[in-house]
Amino acid sequence: MRKVMTGNYASAYGAKAARAEVVAAYPITPQTSIVEKLAEFVSSGEMNAKFISVESEHSAMAACVSASIAGARTYTATSSHGLTLMHEVLMWASSARLPIVITNVSRAMAPPWSVWADHMDSVAQRDTGWMQFFCESNQEVLDTIIMAYKVGESKDIMLPSMIIEDAFILSHTSEPVDVPEQPLVDAFLPKYDPEAKLEIGSPKGFGSLVKPDQYMEFRYKAMQAMESSRKRILEVEQEFERAFGRSYGGLLDEYRCEDAETVVVVAGSAAGTVREVVDSLRVKGLPVGMARLRAFRPFPREEVRSLAKKVRGIAVMDRSYTFGAAGAFYTEVCGSLYPLAERPVVKDYIVGLGGRDITPRVIENIFMDIIEASDRGESAEPEWVDVEGLGRRWR
Amino acid sequence: MTSPTTIPEEEFAHPGSTGCPGCGANLVMRYMLKGLGERTIISIPACCWAVMPGYWPSHCLKVPLVYSAFEATGASISGIRAALDMRGEEDVTVVGFAGDGGTVDIGLQALSGAAERRTDAIYVMYDNEAYMNTGIQRSGSTPWGAWTTTTPVGSDRAFKREPKKDIMAIMEAHGIPYAATVSVGHPEDFVKKMRKARDVRGFSFIHAFSPCPPGWRMDPMKTIEVAKLAVDTRVFPLYEIDDGELTITREGKGKPVSEYLSLQGRFRHLSEEDVADIQVDVDARYAALKARVAKKASKDDE
Ligand SMILES: Cc1ncc(C[n+]2csc(CCOP(=O)(O)OP(=O)(O)O)c2C)c(N)n1
Ligand code: SF4
Ligand SMILES: [Mg+2]
Repeated sequence: MRKVMTGNYASAYGAKAARAEVVAAYPITPQTSIVEKLAEFVSSGEMNAKFISVESEHSAMAACVSASIAGARTYTATSSHGLTLMHEVLMWASSARLPIVITNVSRAMAPPWSVWADHMDSVAQRDTGWMQFFCESNQEVLDTIIMAYKVGESKDIMLPSMIIEDAFILSHTSEPVDVPEQPLVDAFLPKYDPEAKLEIGSPKGFGSLVKPDQYMEFRYKAMQAMESSRKRILEVEQEFERAFGRSYGGLLDEYRCEDAETVVVVAGSAAGTVREVVDSLRVKGLPVGMARLRAFRPFPREEVRSLAKKVRGIAVMDRSYTFGAAGAFYTEVCGSLYPLAERPVVKDYIVGLGGRDITPRVIENIFMDIIEASDRGESAEPEWVDVEGLGRRWR
Repeated sequence: MTSPTTIPEEEFAHPGSTGCPGCGANLVMRYMLKGLGERTIISIPACCWAVMPGYWPSHCLKVPLVYSAFEATGASISGIRAALDMRGEEDVTVVGFAGDGGTVDIGLQALSGAAERRTDAIYVMYDNEAYMNTGIQRSGSTPWGAWTTTTPVGSDRAFKREPKKDIMAIMEAHGIPYAATVSVGHPEDFVKKMRKARDVRGFSFIHAFSPCPPGWRMDPMKTIEVAKLAVDTRVFPLYEIDDGELTITREGKGKPVSEYLSLQGRFRHLSEEDVADIQVDVDARYAALKARVAKKASKDDE
């Protein structure tokens, strides 16, 4: 069934299609319409689930964690300050190996207050042990929620997933979205049936104290699970494509990269604009391409390496900044490339913080700059694009 | 011949807890489970009891348990309840079992949320009147006059200068159907109240008095004696609030508070005037409880 809907409604429809059984959530701009829609689904009986109106995001994730340990498929959604408030419990979810799914409507952190798109909130959670998927379209949001449950609930994975949609650019922009037929989804995603859960007659303890001679093994297993997820994400996407006719390019979604000499690496909604710019520059004869970081965790390091072997220059667009270092996507890309004997020029461009528009002109300039840098063969320090008082104005 | 007890013989807490000798919290768990029985699931946040069940892969309880973040007990039991309700297991009792710090301080928000949502669950706070797991720091539940490591008594006599947070009043203000105080010194009353809490639909709160020999600087042999004295001196009255109606379930004998205080090193530094001040406070609080009961009785007579 095709409907015109916002990214937030796509999230709500995704959770409904996946038959989430327990939803615990707390409102925050610009996530609210996800929660409202789910509350409506539950109250109208369209969705068979328990909706817990918790008193904070910390409690939202804590309720999801315990409900998941009790064997329920759980979902929540938040943004920025809500996600960072959850930080402690995010670790709890992944370490307890719970396939919870969250939508994070990625938004800037205060101060100063800003409700607009920015990846700082999501990037700050990269070490929490969650799979993280950045989406480009509302359809991808809905589809990724369904796929994330299937990946996360795989017996050898058992990890939670964060589905990231950019504030307003996706959350509040309407696009045509195909809501898959429920029987097809049910066939694709069977009922959640964990090996162990809270159950009367089975006095298990979940999360007991361990000694130093045991702890590392738990973490090692989580590492193995995250590594295995690379393959599983691809398998599930192929299966999804067979069932629903859509796919999104795996961990690193490449666009016109086959013969490209320079590429932009980007995540989230800005990828749509980058595609347009790639097309227009191609018309002018410039061999450029785009690689979209669809998964940030697990990080597509092999994919980035293969890409790097083909190109002279990589421009990384970061919509967040790790102070004292650089943009997180950039440092991860550079880290992946180190084992290569020959590496392309890589440069970091800090763009779009707090919802600043990432216009085609900005992206064109980034391409021109990276082409020049590649000609010179010199990598450079991260460049903050379009900042008041800085020399270059690209907007 | 001794009279038979109403306490079930069956044990749901096996020996093997790693609690200190004379640990009151150990008995709180034991009596709680005797009252609730086997169809119980427990959520335990960070506190002494997060360690006491023992190291993975075993634990000493006969019921399933989940460990939760320190401040998240109220949310954790909400999640378990929701998942069980989805499975149609409405008859299973869900219990949050937390220390005083995890309840009146860092966990108060989640607790308040769970109570306000009328979550069908029981929240048991075992009150050892300080953060014991981290080594005896003051909590909002530490009484006026007590020494702790963060209220050290030096030349400035910086013992805790603030009164104990009244968690029962806070919970009553939520309009929950059942709240009660219990003590390890009075197990029959304890077990009876647990059964009542179990059979109530909605949220119940149990405030359990839980002596801690190392934290209270007392002889581990005197746990029960101190617990009984807390009731007899009216420092810790035993009562319940059932649908708004308050009943004192055991009359305090009105012994002087000094008898209770003098058994515990944490009060050693108190002067006679300090003890007299505590007596005044204890008397006033008990009088307020009695006045409530009397008011209710006279209303009933009208
Ligand atoms: C977020 C967080 N802050 C601090 C701690 C450290 N901590 C663990 S137990 C504890 C004290 C618990 O006190 P209480 O709830 O009274 O239980 P008790 O130890 O006395 O049994 C503290 C401060 C923690 N685990 N988590
Ligand atoms: S410190 Fe106190 S509460 Fe904790 S185990 Fe020891 S006696 Fe029990
Ligand atoms: Mg305590």
